[in-house]
Amino acid sequence: MMERRFEGRPAAPGIALGALVAFAPGSHARVASGAKETEAQALRAAIDSALAELRGVVEHAREDAAEILGFQVALLEDDVLAETAYVAIAGGKAAHDAWLDAMREEAAGYESSDDEYFRARAADISDICERVYAHLTDSAGHADVPAGAIVAAVDLPPSRFLAIDWTRGGALVLTAGSATSHVAMLARSRGVPAVVGLNAELADLHGEALVDAHRGVLIVNPDAATRAQFERDASAAAIARRANDTAAKQRAQTRDGTPVRVLLNIADPAELDTLDPAICDGIGLVRTELLFHGRTGLPDEETQYRVYRRIAEWALGRPVTIRSLDAGGDKPIAGFTVDGESNPFLGVRGLRLSLRHPDVFRTQLRAIARAAMHGEVKLMLPMVTLPAELDAARTMLDEEVATLLARDAKARRPSLGIMVEVPAAAIAADLFETEFFSIGSNDLTQYVAAAGRDVDALADLANPVQPAMLRLVGHVVGVARERGIDVSLCGDAGGDPAAIALLLGTGLRSLSMAPSLVGAAKRAIAAVDLSQAGKTKTWPS
Amino acid sequence: MTDSKPNEKVSVPDAAMGSVLLTNDVGLHARPSVKLTQLAKRFGSVIEFSLDAEGPWVDAKSPVKVMRFKAARGQTLHFRANGTDAAEALAAILALVERGFDTSGDEAVAPAGG
Repeated sequence: MMERRFEGRPAAPGIALGALVAFAPGSHARVASGAKETEAQALRAAIDSALAELRGVVEHAREDAAEILGFQVALLEDDVLAETAYVAIAGGKAAHDAWLDAMREEAAGYESSDDEYFRARAADISDICERVYAHLTDSAGHADVPAGAIVAAVDLPPSRFLAIDWTRGGALVLTAGSATSHVAMLARSRGVPAVVGLNAELADLHGEALVDAHRGVLIVNPDAATRAQFERDASAAAIARRANDTAAKQRAQTRDGTPVRVLLNIADPAELDTLDPAICDGIGLVRTELLFHGRTGLPDEETQYRVYRRIAEWALGRPVTIRSLDAGGDKPIAGFTVDGESNPFLGVRGLRLSLRHPDVFRTQLRAIARAAMHGEVKLMLPMVTLPAELDAARTMLDEEVATLLARDAKARRPSLGIMVEVPAAAIAADLFETEFFSIGSNDLTQYVAAAGRDVDALADLANPVQPAMLRLVGHVVGVARERGIDVSLCGDAGGDPAAIALLLGTGLRSLSMAPSLVGAAKRAIAAVDLSQAGKTKTWPS
Repeated sequence: MTDSKPNEKVSVPDAAMGSVLLTNDVGLHARPSVKLTQLAKRFGSVIEFSLDAEGPWVDAKSPVKVMRFKAARGQTLHFRANGTDAAEALAAILALVERGFDTSGDEAVAPAGG
């Protein structure tokens, strides 16, 4: 077969050679096993997961919502609901088709009613239908991804990415997607080479292929010459990786000897299992959203506490900055975030959402305060816009710490700081009674440039080290210095060797990044000579 | 035995049957159905439900089946129970419907149809 070359954009560096596995989108995502037993089991498992998820949502829902969802729980708990589906499966139908047909029939029974109230119950059935269906398709195909495969998809939900075993290599190619999407972030964090915006049809992606995620290229059926080039690239990459691994273990400092703190961004405590805490000066960002995407609904205090404690203990006394739930925007959580906002990035997200769900927020505050007994835990609030929001959160934190202590629980008030990602907070940074700043350069860039991070056509505008951004970063660094408080940067720019010199030029001395980027970033830091900074500075002070 | 009138109970050892008029505003909707089936599940007896004393009968412990009847206000609900606690179960269920599902056990709920 002829070699075919497809161009895309690099999203996570690296190269890989392997067999292509295509994940088709939507309703075709699940491939029937053909075995009746397996299909019935798949449906049963999906119903169980949906039920567990729904029970969790009910627990945290407000009374009216809990009542509606309680009805859905009662229906799902009832074996009768899926009876017709199981009969169809026994007759040879695939689990997903059997389920959809059964629910269509169930909903039709309600739709035919003369009574408006009963007609409206069809919506509950379709809600249940979708929830189970999502579990049915979500778990599908994972087992089919062989080690080292090149996974091709239009886009991939983070949950699905995380369910794939990447420890033995492989790569990700997406025909849609964006380098700043969550799945791309996870790919960088896990060191999985990824190319997005690939100019290809999924149907063309099969057979053996080679991914060069530095150049953003996928080559299907590579010929002998291409393979030889790959082997050379692979050995060069191995050499660079060894250099990075060596650099990762060293303390970060510039050529002129200025120390720089290098922190890690993590989303999943499982990422820490293979990491040596010695490569970093702490964790600059713990994303807690993934915890909230569990199949059992919103996590309770104990579940969160255990996860935060595990991270704090891993850090061996190094600071760990936990960000409170940053849902909304491009990170919806079913039943929690606001549906149908015309512009979710400018909507109820981050702290704005937490302040509107004090029960959920307070649960997280208690879990973090308890974890603070096991390390130097700091709490960071996302999407803060006005000082009053920080004050409201501080009051709640103090109250929850007091509640815990009154109960004789072991807890400590973590130091409380804000993420600077809304331009209002960056511009008026001096007005916040914060104990530290962490600059979220991804969102700050898109809000400053009015260019969405998921709009590839505007990638040039959404440049995190453009002059306006460097001025803002420099301003926040200046405020922090005056106050004598810590300031760090935790966007993707912090781990980008091409951006590091400019960021250090603003006075920033602390960068937080994906673990896989630490080595290359430390090498980039070592190449910067701050005694020459005056000559290379590109932003007016 | 099938000629039941509202609130009339016929009890024989280990079996009981009775009927009751549905009076709450929106009929046997989601919340009442869940309450009804939850109550039925507390008893060991087989408990069945129908809109007609002649049947068809369905499991009163299944919210899916109870809801499928789409019972409206003004309809008569028939129940029959079979088991060692049949009489007790039937009495409890009829009482729940009579009360318009508004209070049950330790649960505080809004008045039916409110």
